Amino acid sequence: MLSVCFLLQFGAEFRRFSLDRYKPGKFEDFYKLILHIHHIANLEVMIGYADVHGDLLPINNDDNFFKAVSSAHPLLRVFIQRQDEVDYSNFGTNTLSRKKKALVTLRNDNLRRRPHINISMPHDFRPVSSIIDVDILPETHRRVRLYRHGCEKPLGFYIRDGTSVRVTPHGLEKVPGIFISRMVPGGLAESTGLLAVNDEVLEVNGIEVAGKTLDQVTDMMIANSHNLIITVKPANQRNNIIRSSRMSGSSGQSTDSTASHHSLPTSHVLQNFHPDEMESDEEADIVIEGGLEPQHIPKLHSLTSSSLSRINGSSLSHRLQRDLVLNNNSGRESNGNIHKLLSSLKTDPRHSLVIPRGGIEEDGTVITL
Amino acid sequence: MRRFLRPGHDPVRERLKRDLFQFNKTVEHGFPHQPSALGYSPFLRLMAIGTRSGAIKLYGAPGVEFMGLHEENNTVMQIHFIPDQCQLVTLLDDNSLHLWSLKQHSGASELREEHRFTLKGPPGSPPSATQVTAVLPHSSREVLYLGTESGNIFVVELPSFRVVEDRTITSEAVLQRVPEDYCNRRSCELVEALREHPKNPDQILIGYSRGLIVLWDLQNNKVTHHFLGSQQLENLYWQRDGSKFISCHYDGSYTQWPVSSDNRHPEPLENFVPYGPFPCKAISKIYWQTTKNGLPYIIFQGGMPRASYGDRHSISVVHGSQQIAFDFTSRVIDFFIIFSSEPTAEFDDPSAMVVLAEEELVVIDLKTAGWPAVHPPYLASLHCSAITCSHHVSNIPLKLWERIISAGSKQNIHYSSMPWPIDGGTNIAPDPPQRDLLLTGHEDGTVRFWDASGVCLHLLYKLSTVRVFLTDADPNDNMNPLGEDEWPPLRKVGTFDPYSDDPRLGIQKIYLCKYSGYLAVAGTAGQVLVMELNDEDAEHVVDHAEADLLQDQEGYRWKGHEKLRTRDGPVRFEAGFQPFVLVQCQPPAVVTSLALHSEWKLVAFGTSHGFGLFDHQQKRLVFVKCTLHPSDQLALEGPLSRVKSLKKSLRQSFRRIRRSRVSGRKRRGGSGNASEVRGPPFRDTLQEMELAPVQRKIEARSAEDSFTGFVRTLYFADTFLRDSSRHCPSLWAGTNGGTVYAFCLRVPPAERRMDEPVRAEQAKEIQLMHRAPVVGILVLDGRSNPLPEPLEVAHDLSKSPDMQGSHQLLVVSEEQFKVFTLPKVSSKLKLKLTALEGCRVRKVTVANFGSCKTDDYSENDLAVLTNLGDIQIISLPFLKLQIRYPCIRKEDVSGIASCVFTKYGQGFYLISPSEFERFSLSTKWLVEPRCVVDMPEVTSNNHVHNKSGMENAVRKSSKQRHEGNIVTCLHSVVASSEVSCMWQESLERIGCSFCWKEEAVGR
Repeated sequence: MLSVCFLLQFGAEFRRFSLDRYKPGKFEDFYKLILHIHHIANLEVMIGYADVHGDLLPINNDDNFFKAVSSAHPLLRVFIQRQDEVDYSNFGTNTLSRKKKALVTLRNDNLRRRPHINISMPHDFRPVSSIIDVDILPETHRRVRLYRHGCEKPLGFYIRDGTSVRVTPHGLEKVPGIFISRMVPGGLAESTGLLAVNDEVLEVNGIEVAGKTLDQVTDMMIANSHNLIITVKPANQRNNIIRSSRMSGSSGQSTDSTASHHSLPTSHVLQNFHPDEMESDEEADIVIEGGLEPQHIPKLHSLTSSSLSRINGSSLSHRLQRDLVLNNNSGRESNGNIHKLLSSLKTDPRHSLVIPRGGIEEDGTVITL
Repeated sequence: MRRFLRPGHDPVRERLKRDLFQFNKTVEHGFPHQPSALGYSPFLRLMAIGTRSGAIKLYGAPGVEFMGLHEENNTVMQIHFIPDQCQLVTLLDDNSLHLWSLKQHSGASELREEHRFTLKGPPGSPPSATQVTAVLPHSSREVLYLGTESGNIFVVELPSFRVVEDRTITSEAVLQRVPEDYCNRRSCELVEALREHPKNPDQILIGYSRGLIVLWDLQNNKVTHHFLGSQQLENLYWQRDGSKFISCHYDGSYTQWPVSSDNRHPEPLENFVPYGPFPCKAISKIYWQTTKNGLPYIIFQGGMPRASYGDRHSISVVHGSQQIAFDFTSRVIDFFIIFSSEPTAEFDDPSAMVVLAEEELVVIDLKTAGWPAVHPPYLASLHCSAITCSHHVSNIPLKLWERIISAGSKQNIHYSSMPWPIDGGTNIAPDPPQRDLLLTGHEDGTVRFWDASGVCLHLLYKLSTVRVFLTDADPNDNMNPLGEDEWPPLRKVGTFDPYSDDPRLGIQKIYLCKYSGYLAVAGTAGQVLVMELNDEDAEHVVDHAEADLLQDQEGYRWKGHEKLRTRDGPVRFEAGFQPFVLVQCQPPAVVTSLALHSEWKLVAFGTSHGFGLFDHQQKRLVFVKCTLHPSDQLALEGPLSRVKSLKKSLRQSFRRIRRSRVSGRKRRGGSGNASEVRGPPFRDTLQEMELAPVQRKIEARSAEDSFTGFVRTLYFADTFLRDSSRHCPSLWAGTNGGTVYAFCLRVPPAERRMDEPVRAEQAKEIQLMHRAPVVGILVLDGRSNPLPEPLEVAHDLSKSPDMQGSHQLLVVSEEQFKVFTLPKVSSKLKLKLTALEGCRVRKVTVANFGSCKTDDYSENDLAVLTNLGDIQIISLPFLKLQIRYPCIRKEDVSGIASCVFTKYGQGFYLISPSEFERFSLSTKWLVEPRCVVDMPEVTSNNHVHNKSGMENAVRKSSKQRHEGNIVTCLHSVVASSEVSCMWQESLERIGCSFCWKEEAVGR
C-alpha cells in the first residue's frame, strides 16, 4: 500500500512511499524511516495521521501505528510536526474540519512567515468560524459562519461575478453566479480555511443571492460583516462530507431558532443562526452622553481652537478607550496551529493534487456538475 | 408554508394598504430629451414632438398633453397630422410609418397607435427604392403620398396602409416631357418635397432634390407643369391662392415660381439670396405668408453666410423693411407658423412662429411690434443650466405664492402678453389640490421656482445668487453688442445656456420655510446664503461671516478650489428673495447638508469637514464642530484629490447624461415590453463579465475609512435630549461614518432674542456600529408622529406635538432604520434593509398617505428610494415594510440621485437632463393629464386588420392601465368637495367597468 507523508513546518515536501499493509513493522522503524526519507534525522518530530473520519490522530507506538496502517484505504496520510509545535489537544478531536476525503495539499509560502504562536488551553479562545447546518444542507454545499468580534483582522476576501453551470430539465444551463475571487493573506476568511477561491456563494445570512447583483451581494455581506454566514458551493467538491461515514458533528449543538421572530424572506432555514447572539453582537452602538461644558462663543469668529479641540478631543478619547476595550476582548484569533495549517492547505484548489484536469476552473467560469 | 414564516400578515392591514398606496408614473415635466421631429395641426391646434427614443408627445392648451411611445424606440423623423382628423402619421428612421389616433375613452382622450406599415418594394429592389423621404397626407384623408429616395411616389390608403399600385407616380412618368438636356443631367433623384395645391386637391407639387419641380395632376395621372430649377432643392411652399410657390435651395437662395394655365414651362419670377453675395448655407424651410397690408412675411430657416455665420442656428423673419434673424441656442429641429387656417380667409395673417430647437421651445409673437418671445406654459428647459439639486415644498400658503408670482412677473416683462397660441383640447383634470413649489438649484448659481401643482411645470421665478459674489465673468459681457445696422440682423433668443461661468457658484442645498418666507441656499464653494422675500427692489450690504470648520487643526491642507470672493459695499437686488447673510465655510468644500429653523432663526450647515450653527437674527456664529477623523486625509484635500466626492461624481453623471447620445431610458407605457428589452442587454452583461471579472472587496467599515466626517444630514428638533422632564431645542447631525451628534440649544425667548446669545452644548454622540452613512434623522413625538416643521403649529396647520409621552429618535442610515428611545438613547427596534435585501437607502422622507376610501384616515410612513431604484414604503413607528415598487432603473444613477419626494407621497426624478418624471405613491394625490380633444365628427374606423398578437396585447395592457388611472382619478374627484354634475354622471357611466375591475383584482 501507499503512504503519503507530509512534512509540515519544514517546507513544501511530501513523499510517497509504500508500506506493507499487513506487516507494517515496528513504530521505531517507521519513525526512523520517516526521518530518513525527509532527511531530518536530527529533529524531534511528532507523527500523526488522518483517520477515516478525517481526524488527526497521533502515531507514537506500535499499536496506533498498526491501527493507522490497517485502516488506511488505500492511502495513509501522515503528518509530521516539530515536537515543540504540536498541539496535543487537537489530536482526535473534531476541531479539525471534518471533511478530509480528498488529498490534502501543501502550501507553505506564508507558513514560514507566520510567527510561532504559543498555544494555551482551548477555552481561552473564541470561535472565528464554524461550519453550521451540516445536517440540513446538501452535501455539495457548505454553510460557513465567520465571527468578527470587532477584531483587527480583516474579513479579507473578494467576490466576483461569474457563471456556473446548472443541470436543469432542459439540459445544462449557464446561470450567473457570485464567486469568491480572492483571499487576502492573513485575513479572517483565509485563516478559517473554510472558504476558497472560486467557491460559489449561494446565500448570505440565509438569503439567497440568486438574482442579486455583485454590488447587492457585496452590500449584504458588508452589512452582515459582524456575523457573516455564507453558504457556498465549494469549488473543490472533494472535501465534502460523506454523511454516512460520520454520525456526530459540531452541528449537533444547533438550536431551534427557525425564524420564528426573525422574518427572513427565504425558505431556507439557518439552524445555527442565533439571532439573539447576533443582536447583542451588533447592538453595541456607542452612545456618549455629553457632560461637556457649554460651548459658548462670545462673539463672531471667536471660537477658540482650544475649546473646539476639547469637543473633538473628548469624543476621540472616548473612541480610543472603546477600541482598546474591544482589543482586549477579542484577543488574537487562533484556533490551533495545525488546524489552521490543515485547513488552509486543503482548500486551495490550485494546489490540489488530485483535481481532475479541467474539471474545476476554466477562465473564470466555474463548472460544477 | 411561506405564510407562517411571515409575521404580521394581517388582512385588515392588507386592505388598508390598498386604500393608501398605489404607484403611478403620471406625467413627464420639462423639455423632451433629444427631440427629432415637429408637427402641428391647425385644425386641432395641437403640436406634436417626436424624439430620438421613439416617443411622441402632443401638446395643446396648458394641461392638454398626450404621450405615446413607439415600440421600436427608433428616432421619429417626421410627424404629419391627417388634415381635419384626430390622427397623425409618424415616420421613423427604420422607414416604418405609424398611424396614431386620439380617441375618447371614458370621457378622456387617449393617444393610441392604430397601425404600422413599412413600404416594401418588389423583391430584389434596393432598399433606397422604398426609403421614404417625403410624406403628404392628402386633404381627402384617404391617401398618403410617400416620396422615396428612388424618386417614385407611392400612394397608400388610410387607415389600412394598403399600397395602391396603379396610382404610383414613377420618376419615368414625370421625366417624360422634360426637355432632354435637362433630363439627362438629372435622373434618379430623391423626392425632397410633396405639397398639395392649396385650392385644387387634384394637383400636387413634387420637388426632386436636384432641382426639378413638377405639378402633377392626380385625375389624369400626368405632369401639367415643369419647373426646371437649377439649384439643389431643399423645400417648397405654396402661396395661399395657389398662383405662386416658393422653392428654397441648398445654396441659400429662394425662388418664386408662377403657376398659370398658359405657361407649362415657366421661368422663375424671382431668385434671391437673402444673405448673399458670399456663399451661404442652405435654406432648409421657407414660409411665404400674405397679409392684409400686402407686405408678405417671408420666414426661412438657415441661409446664413457660410464663412462668418455658418455655425448659427437661425430663422429669419422678413416683413417689409423689418428683418430679424432669430439666433437660437441650439440646433433648430423644425418650426411652424401659426396663421389663419380658415379656408375662406383671404390672407394668412401669421400670428406666431413656433420653433423647436434641440434644447428648448421658442415661440415668437409676430403680431406685436418687435416680435417678442412668448413665455411657454410648458416644455420648460429645466436644464438651461444643469440641475444640481432640487427641493419640494408642498401646500404653499396663498400669500407666499402670490408674492413669488409677483416677483416672477417683474422678471418676465420682456415677454409678449399674447395668450398661448397652441390651445387645442380641453383640460378636464380637476384643479390641483394644493399649491406646490419645486425648487431646482443650478450649476450657474441660480434657483428656479416651478409651479409643480399640476400637469404643467411652469417657471414662476428665477433667483440668482451670483450678484453676491465677484466672478471673473462680467455680466455686461453677455449683452448683445449688435447695433441697429448690423448685418445679418441677429437676435439671440432662448434661455438655454449650459456653460457656467464659475462652477463654485453651483447650488447644492436649498431649504425654504413656506411660513416665514426665509430661504437658505448653499453651494459648491461652502457658501451659505440666508434670504428673505422682499416685494421691492433693494440695495443693501450682505452680512458676511466665516466658519472655520477645521478650527486651525494642524497638518491639514485644502487643495480644492478657493472660496468665492464677495462684493464689498451694498448690492442691488431685484424684488424677490434677497440675501442678507452669507456664511462661508472654511475650507470652502461643498455644503453637503443644510437645515433652517425659521422660528429659532438658526441655520445649520455641514461639509465634509464638519458642521456649524449660525444665528441669523444676531448674525453670529453659534458654534462649529469638526467631524474629521484624524486619519482622513482624503477629505481634506478637496476636489483635486484622486477620490471623487459624492457631489462631484453626481455632477459628472449629470454631465455624462447630457453628453450621451443614446437614450436608453425607460418610459411609462413601455412596461409592456420590459422583459423584452431586458433580454439582450442581460446577455451582453454576461459576456462582459466573462471578459473582465469585476471583483468587490468584502470588508467591514472601519473608523479609518475616508469621508467619515462628511456631514450627510442636519435636523432641528424640540425634544427631550437631557432628561425626560424638560424638552429643549436641539440640533442633530449625522455623518458618513455612522456618527450622530446631538447638541442642546438654548434659544433666548423672543423678547430677549437680540440681547442674549444662543448657546449650544454637545449632549450626545452616537456611533452606529455598522458605520453606514446616516442619511436621515427624525424625532417622533409621544404619539409617534414626526415633529412638525418650524412655525407649522404657529400657523395652525398642524397639531402641536405630544410632549407628554416619551419621544423616539429615528436614525436612518444607508443600511438600517433604527428607533431609539429618548432621552436615554437605547435601541428599540430596527429594520436592517441592506442585510436583508442588499439595497441601500438613497433618499428617505416622511410622507403622509390619505386613504382613498375614507376622508378621515391618514398615516405617516417613510418613503424610501434605494440604490436599486426601488421605492419602498415603511411604516412608522414600527418600521414594517409595506410595499415596494420598482421605479428607476438601477443603472440610472443620476435619476436616483435626483429623486425628490413630496410630503404627500409624490415624487420627481430626472429621466434626462431636461425632464422630470412625476410619480405618485398615493391613491389620493395624483396629478396626471386628463384632457379631451373634440372633433366635429369622427369617422368610425371599424376595419378589421391583421395586427400582430403582440401589438394587441400591448394595447390592451395600456388600456387597462389607463382604466386604473381613471378609477383613481375619480376617487380623488369624489373625495374633493367640488364634484361637478358632469363628473358624477361620468362616474355613473363607467361605474360598471369600475366594479368589474375591482372584481378582477379580487380574483
